[in-house]
Amino acid sequence: METTLSPPKGKKGRTGAALFLSPAVLILLVWSLIPLALTLWYSFQNYNLVDPTLSGFAGLDNYRYLLTDPDFVWALLNTVLLVLGVLVISVGGGVLLAVLYDQDFLGRGIARILVISPFFVMPTVSALVWKNLMLHPIYGVYSAMMRAVGLTPIDWLQHYPMQTVMMIVAWEWLPFAVLILLTAVQSLDHEQKEAARMDGAGPVARFRYIILPHLSRAITVVIMIETIYLLTIFAEIWVTTSGGPGVASTNLAFLIYARALLQFDVGGASAGGVIAIVIANVIAAFLVRAVARNLEA
Amino acid sequence: MAKLALRDIRKTYHAEEIIKGVSLDIEDGEFVVFVGPSGCGKSTLLRMIAGLEEISAGDLLIDGARMNDVEPAKRGLAMVFQSYALYPHMNVYQNMEFGLKLAGMPEAERRRKITEVATTLQLDAYLKHKPGQLSGGQRQRVAIGRAIVRNPKVFLFDEPLSNLDAALRGQMRVELATLHRRLGATTIYVTHDQIEAMTMADKIVVLQKGVVEQVGSPLELYHHPRNLFVARFIGSPPMNFLSVRIVGSGPDGLTVETSQGARIDVPVLAESAVAGSDLTLGVRPEHIVIDAQGTVPGTIRLVERLGALTLLHVALEDGSVLIVQTDGDHGGQVDAPVRLTLLSENCHLFDAKGMALTKLMRHRLAG
Ligand SMILES: Nc1ncnc2c1ncn2[C@@H]1O[C@H](COP(=O)(O)OP(=O)(O)O)[C@@H](O)[C@H]1O
Ligand SMILES: [Mg+2]
Repeated sequence: METTLSPPKGKKGRTGAALFLSPAVLILLVWSLIPLALTLWYSFQNYNLVDPTLSGFAGLDNYRYLLTDPDFVWALLNTVLLVLGVLVISVGGGVLLAVLYDQDFLGRGIARILVISPFFVMPTVSALVWKNLMLHPIYGVYSAMMRAVGLTPIDWLQHYPMQTVMMIVAWEWLPFAVLILLTAVQSLDHEQKEAARMDGAGPVARFRYIILPHLSRAITVVIMIETIYLLTIFAEIWVTTSGGPGVASTNLAFLIYARALLQFDVGGASAGGVIAIVIANVIAAFLVRAVARNLEA
Repeated sequence: MAKLALRDIRKTYHAEEIIKGVSLDIEDGEFVVFVGPSGCGKSTLLRMIAGLEEISAGDLLIDGARMNDVEPAKRGLAMVFQSYALYPHMNVYQNMEFGLKLAGMPEAERRRKITEVATTLQLDAYLKHKPGQLSGGQRQRVAIGRAIVRNPKVFLFDEPLSNLDAALRGQMRVELATLHRRLGATTIYVTHDQIEAMTMADKIVVLQKGVVEQVGSPLELYHHPRNLFVARFIGSPPMNFLSVRIVGSGPDGLTVETSQGARIDVPVLAESAVAGSDLTLGVRPEHIVIDAQGTVPGTIRLVERLGALTLLHVALEDGSVLIVQTDGDHGGQVDAPVRLTLLSENCHLFDAKGMALTKLMRHRLAG
């Protein structure tokens, strides 16, 4: 037997390490693999909560019904739209605000706190605030403002449900982008900006050739983190539109919820869940690769 | 080529004056070094010349034209920053090209120019490298190259060597001096290192707390410091100081006496000096000799052997310590008694306000 305190080597050492790691690995397995396995299992079953006569192995039926369902295509499209729209608004606006808030101006500290604060509001709360306090066609602040200048307020959630949800979600995520990008802007070496000034670069050229390249890593990080969260947006939709009118504002996450808990079709919902997992993993793989490439440079 | 003139330039930050009225003329092709302790305002002054910092009051003239409100890029200057400030996402070629591109220089000319400069700076093998892949010395060269390609009238350097190790610093010092001789462009160089100042400058400007203490050639500052601050700042190891009292004056200068009664005749203008008044005597370590007939007795407290020369720290009877420079073969031992002679023609006298008394003879190299 080896009795020294040297680091464990060879097979014996590795079994020891595995032994100590096992509790953590076990918890992780229970936490993620069991739900995954159950979802997979149900996705191949006929299983409806209100129709006990339906049962047994369904083969690929659940998947076939789902993939040929126009609602599913809508939900997929809405998911993509929501992710891309919010990314464009929050990253674009975030970069602009970060550069602006990096300037010296009176009351900058307070302005920074204000721009960050929406991030600390819970999704359900901010959706409720937007729906009832801001955009409500009768009581909303926006509607009052419109009427004050003699215009008829638009019922945004009724007529432009997807765009409105997108706007609310972007409002929630813009602060996050500003926070990350502002710290990145601030980490830019002062002398680099000055060297660019000596080289004859005006504000636009400095932004384009010095600041934006400097921000590229931070932008990738923001895109990655936001995408992962935006794929599963649920609370905002549930509170404001319940996915409607029709399926106009239903995304994948909401569709799965609707299948399982409004139509009680556990099999179909599970199939949707499996598809969502596949999509999320494909996107995550792409993102991680892009980030890795950007971070090693 | 360019002449610069600073006329009572001032800088105020939040009601605090950092540069307190600097007036200075810089001749065409001159290598001027701003030197002074950290925080004395060297960078601020340089950045005002560059146009990166607004001038609170006074005039900056380049070739006679007032430049206070001219854009940095339009002043015909190029600057090398302490951190090099290379653009990290651009390769060496693009770093040098950026300014030329913005100035609208045609592609072929840019290529010719960059290739030429890269060759003289031995950077041609690295044109495709990003700054992150280069060593400190190479980055330094790229920063210099980026300045050279723009063909500026004036080069500005802000402590360009302070991020390099000692050996590389010595080498770059030589390269910069050679480069200046070849290009002949007016250069302003900021450093806190008096060795860089002494070795490279045509003209040194000594700054303290936003005030110019003295302007002159390196040897002028060395042999004829205007006041205690300059005397202390220039020279390494630093000048020794002793309190003395005037005991006599004549056409050949003043006779002063140390607290231990040693008398020294210093060839300075007597002017307003009154017998009995107190002065400070300054003498450099290289102007004290160990001499059995010496009038100043002391005891060796520390021996620093640098090979070519030896520095002896000699304690006098009143407790003050003089640094004495002797040759490398000197056999002095700690605690051994020695006698010293101060070479009187190389001694300096400073009045109660710290101003130097004028010497009777100018040093022949001091200009
Ligand atoms: N932007 C600034 N705002 C306020 N004070 C400054 C600013 N820049 C420099 N200073 C002050 O000016 C003084 C001189 O600074 P600097 O020119 O950088 O000194 P040096 O380069 O000689 O070390 C310092 O005391 C510094 O604190
Ligand atoms: Mg400085």
